[in-house]
Amino acid sequence: MVVVAIAIIRMKDLFAVVMLAGIYGLLSASFFVAMDAVDVAFTEAAVGAGISTLLMLVVITMTGRDEKATRHKPLSALLIVTVTGGLLIYGTLDMPYFGSADAPIHNHISPRYINDSMQEIGVPNIVTSVLASYRAFDTFGEVVVIFTAGIGVLAMLSVGRRKEDDEEIASINDSMHEQHLVIRIVAKMLIPFIFLFALYVQFHGDFGPGGGFQAGVIFAAAIILYTMLFGLSTARKVINQTFIRLIAAIGVLLYGCVGIVSLANGGNFFDYNVLASDAIAGQHLGILLIEWGVGCTVAAVMIIIFFNFAGRRELYQHNKHSQNKESS
Amino acid sequence: MLMGLLNYWIVVVLMMSGLYIVIAHGNLIKKLVGLTIFQTSVFIFYISMAKIEGGSAPILADDITVYSNPLPHVLILTAIVVGIATTALGLSLVVRIKEAYGCIEEEEIQQQDNDQQAESKAEEVA
Amino acid sequence: MIAHLPILQVIIPLMAAPICLMLKRTQLVWLFSLLTSGLAFAVSVLLLQQVMTSGLISYELGGWQAPWGIEYRIDKLNAFLLLIISGISTIVLFAAQTSIEKEIPKDKHIYFYVLYLLSLTGMLGIVATGDAFNVFVFLEISSLSAYALIAMGKNKQALWASYQYLIMGTIGATFILIGIGLMYQMTGTLNMYDLSQRLPEVAQSRTVFAAFAFVIVGVCLKLALFPLHLWLPNAYAYAPSIVTAFFAATATKVAIYLLIRFTFSVFGLSFSFTTIPLQTLFMALGLIGIFVASFAAIFQSNIKHLFAYSSIAQIGYMIVGFSISSVTGLTATLLHLFNHALMKSAIFLALAAVVFRVGNVQLNSLRGLGRQMPLTMAAIVLGGLSLIGVPLTVGFVSKWYLLIALVEQGWWPVAGLILLGSMLAVAYVWRIVEVAYFKEPVGPPIKEAPMSFLVPIWALVIANIYFGIDTRISVQVAEAAAQSLFGVSL
Repeated sequence: MVVVAIAIIRMKDLFAVVMLAGIYGLLSASFFVAMDAVDVAFTEAAVGAGISTLLMLVVITMTGRDEKATRHKPLSALLIVTVTGGLLIYGTLDMPYFGSADAPIHNHISPRYINDSMQEIGVPNIVTSVLASYRAFDTFGEVVVIFTAGIGVLAMLSVGRRKEDDEEIASINDSMHEQHLVIRIVAKMLIPFIFLFALYVQFHGDFGPGGGFQAGVIFAAAIILYTMLFGLSTARKVINQTFIRLIAAIGVLLYGCVGIVSLANGGNFFDYNVLASDAIAGQHLGILLIEWGVGCTVAAVMIIIFFNFAGRRELYQHNKHSQNKESS
Repeated sequence: MLMGLLNYWIVVVLMMSGLYIVIAHGNLIKKLVGLTIFQTSVFIFYISMAKIEGGSAPILADDITVYSNPLPHVLILTAIVVGIATTALGLSLVVRIKEAYGCIEEEEIQQQDNDQQAESKAEEVA
Repeated sequence: MIAHLPILQVIIPLMAAPICLMLKRTQLVWLFSLLTSGLAFAVSVLLLQQVMTSGLISYELGGWQAPWGIEYRIDKLNAFLLLIISGISTIVLFAAQTSIEKEIPKDKHIYFYVLYLLSLTGMLGIVATGDAFNVFVFLEISSLSAYALIAMGKNKQALWASYQYLIMGTIGATFILIGIGLMYQMTGTLNMYDLSQRLPEVAQSRTVFAAFAFVIVGVCLKLALFPLHLWLPNAYAYAPSIVTAFFAATATKVAIYLLIRFTFSVFGLSFSFTTIPLQTLFMALGLIGIFVASFAAIFQSNIKHLFAYSSIAQIGYMIVGFSISSVTGLTATLLHLFNHALMKSAIFLALAAVVFRVGNVQLNSLRGLGRQMPLTMAAIVLGGLSLIGVPLTVGFVSKWYLLIALVEQGWWPVAGLILLGSMLAVAYVWRIVEVAYFKEPVGPPIKEAPMSFLVPIWALVIANIYFGIDTRISVQVAEAAAQSLFGVSL
């Protein structure tokens, strides 16, 4: 990984840099598996190696792939980096050693999660029980973060489009995509399976790695695959922008409403125990619902982000296209 | 001591290469890549401290007694999502900057802004 | 419902944001946001009342006991901050509808309100929570929405300013994340109260020192403390005017809150101020910040830039008060927090009105505006007087307390420097007065700002004067909050 990181520093070709960053994400995901963090690895693989690489590639097609050679202030940068790095190394000197079981973090809070979560929540995947119940509010915050990003991207990139433009773009796209007939058919067959897999991940989060976030990303990936092969305007016909925005909002609301219902039932915010007559059943219901909330928002926002990037790109190509026409 | 902390030291090196990219490079996309690497390395740091020698993934099963610490995993799941949200927003800014300025190099952008400021100052004097 | 007030404080704007997205008409969205913000303000008033009478409120989210679940912990300090944030947000929103009409394209108005509410949520969440990691999550909510809001400014410089802020802000947040990680590694807990109990045991370790350094540097990046202030002037100058008015009054205040919270409550007074030479460091940075930023302000030709630099200088005053680390010093900081929010939101709202009528805020465009928009310009001048610290304005009260605190410690030279710094404020405020009142107007005649601006602006200006004369409420609350920080921690 150090090699990859240094290669990224040296490279000038942005395309290679982005690819290497993807590899870096994938490597860290495999490191997470080695460190027993399967849930995290799953997410990092989907996000670090998948979504973020994809987005960066889309942006590079618009901005050009070469980095200018000028590198300014490398010295001061080096200074800052050395000072911070030195401070960190200094800090590590008193750390508990890697892997040692008597470190404070393993002895203060986490034993309760490991020993009691089965009785208190009844879900084998401890990560899920901590995420969705003990620290449900953090996860709620996370959903709101992703929602914010979606709205932010919308605010910056969404374009009011005219009909005739749309049709013209569609015609350019069709000519582009017709060549990939085989891939299209394969993809059409694949997409239902991806959806199915997303649903499996969604429900499986209680027992193994997985859950709303990962399911949402996979679901969005299927849509993105479809968009890439069939063109944005076709995809827009299938999934309407207003509708997808609504889904994103509903996801957040669903999550929040679980909390509000528990308030109404006399518990604290996100106290799932009061959701059903039996505490364990209540916990199950609560986790199920919020995972759906997470899934909805994440899938919707990922699609929003991708659509808007791709939409900008089309507009950009379209403008270039018409400029070329004018000049010739 | 060397083996006990080596893992952390590597993580520090990774973090710092990310930070270096962010500060030293002028290309806006590369800065974001650097930011991603910086953040990912922090995630690795968190996950490293969760590991227990001989432990296994924190999914309860009957025949396992030692589990790695689940809490950092949860925190990092959240942090990854925050990271991608930031990257997406940053990239959309890059797209808009490219449209508005016609380039994505820090120096050129600053140059353009300075020119404009100089112009408006000149107008004021006149 | 009273028992659930802490969570309602954050949840009300949070849930309102996605609902906004479903409403069709922007007029309706504006009314709804205003209502939401007002409701949050009402909640914060109730909370402050409750805290002042019966002390600390702890609220366990999910019904899980504190170090295992996330806890909301409201004491006098954060109740005070919650009040400032939600109050300013509500007043500023009054003018939002009119102001953004000319600055943001129509089809993006809904997004503006959604992001505004999210940003409000983020700030309230940071302040209300008692959990270190939860701080990070809500910090990101408020930052991401801030980047997007700033980028909505109509000049292209807004984009670049927002990008720079994004890079700096994310580095800051990641530093905080590293700091939290190091603390967690040494103590095994994320709850602030629990941290404050467990940190002293390991206070001598180098890891805790590194954790402290990372948290403080991260917070100072957000705080725009000199020399980490470079992102702020452009971000404030090019953001939509309403956004500037809101952020100038609240965003850096939240960062100051975090600074106080981490140094006083989490790491503890003895660690922060004896183990580490924080006092001298902050005192020096605060003073340099006051002078550098005030000088920079004098030479700006864009008024928004001018007041942005003045904000950095005012942060310097707060930091000086903080670094004294006495009850009076902290009281001065908290008072200035409150007072500065009142002045700056009034000034920037008035500037928003100028943008609405004139189109820009270059110093030259203000020529003769004193006669054409008398009420608006009077508000700017009164706000400016308050910045200087003229008696009968709020600025005087907080400067007075700051001076008392310095004299208590016998730091006469510093007190002298503070007074000198105020003289610089006279210089930059005078420049505006000169142009607005003593130069002939140019160009077509300009009308006074509409009522939707004047009402909130003058509400703030009157508050400026009222709290400058009748200091009972604000001083009492600030003093109580400061004392509670020096008493039993948290």
